[in-house]
Amino acid sequence: MVEWTDFERATIQDIFSKMDYESVGHNALARCLVVYPWTQRYFGNFGNLYNAAAIMGNPKVAAHGVVVLHGLDRAVKNMDNIKATYAELSVLHSEKLHVDPDNFRLLADCLTIVVASRLGTGFTADVQAAFQKFLAVVGAALTKQYH
Amino acid sequence: MSLTAKDKAAVKAIWGKIGGKADAIGHEALARMLVVYPQTKTYFSHWSDLSPGSEEVKKHGKTVMGAITGAVDKMDDLVGGLSALSDLHAFKLRVDPGNFKILSHNILVTLAVNFPGDFTPEVHVAVDKFLAAVSSAIADKYR
Repeated sequence: MVEWTDFERATIQDIFSKMDYESVGHNALARCLVVYPWTQRYFGNFGNLYNAAAIMGNPKVAAHGVVVLHGLDRAVKNMDNIKATYAELSVLHSEKLHVDPDNFRLLADCLTIVVASRLGTGFTADVQAAFQKFLAVVGAALTKQYH
Repeated sequence: MSLTAKDKAAVKAIWGKIGGKADAIGHEALARMLVVYPQTKTYFSHWSDLSPGSEEVKKHGKTVMGAITGAVDKMDDLVGGLSALSDLHAFKLRVDPGNFKILSHNILVTLAVNFPGDFTPEVHVAVDKFLAAVSSAIADKYR
């Protein structure tokens, strides 16, 4: 089981309680599609993803970014049981969506960068460590049911 | 994944914005790396103080970022331009190349924190590619 310090718990709750899901979700997913263009393979039906401007302005990307971010809520609310909480979503990503688990790390990195740019100096090294640990645990839980 | 003309222009532009803050950026990126990826501390067992505020971390951050800034002018031939540094890392320092990605990530985070408006997705991908190319050039002589 994952051990969380009081600081880590408080940091995660704090970041998500103050987060602008619409904006952060949109920006994180769009950034992922721009910075790691091969991730576009999962969004063939999203329409125009030809360049950064098109991706940033694409309403399907914006909507889906919010969906993904709200998916993280489950982990925020169940930090002591993330593995079990994500069992179903893991099966979905493996069996239905066929997402290479490497992508979880790529999106996590983009989300880290977006949150860093919003929090500025508030995103200290310790806060960064807690946030990245949280995303790594979520990524591992989403990978758990792959076979 | 080679650097396009657009990538090179974006890298030059953001480095222009960074200007004299390069030393501070290097310091912050290194400090973040040592905290967020504690395994990287194994390369600095000879330092007396590995905390973010230490003089050693500050000085080394400046050294590393200085070399990366120098590489901005060598983008047309990074392997040639960074040859001496590659010798150093391959034969003396022997830093596992996996760590270049880790430091690169922390440089990106530091840029996002300090230049949120300028670090757009297009600048992000250009800098990520540039740092990957620098890392590859540094690792060139490893084997």
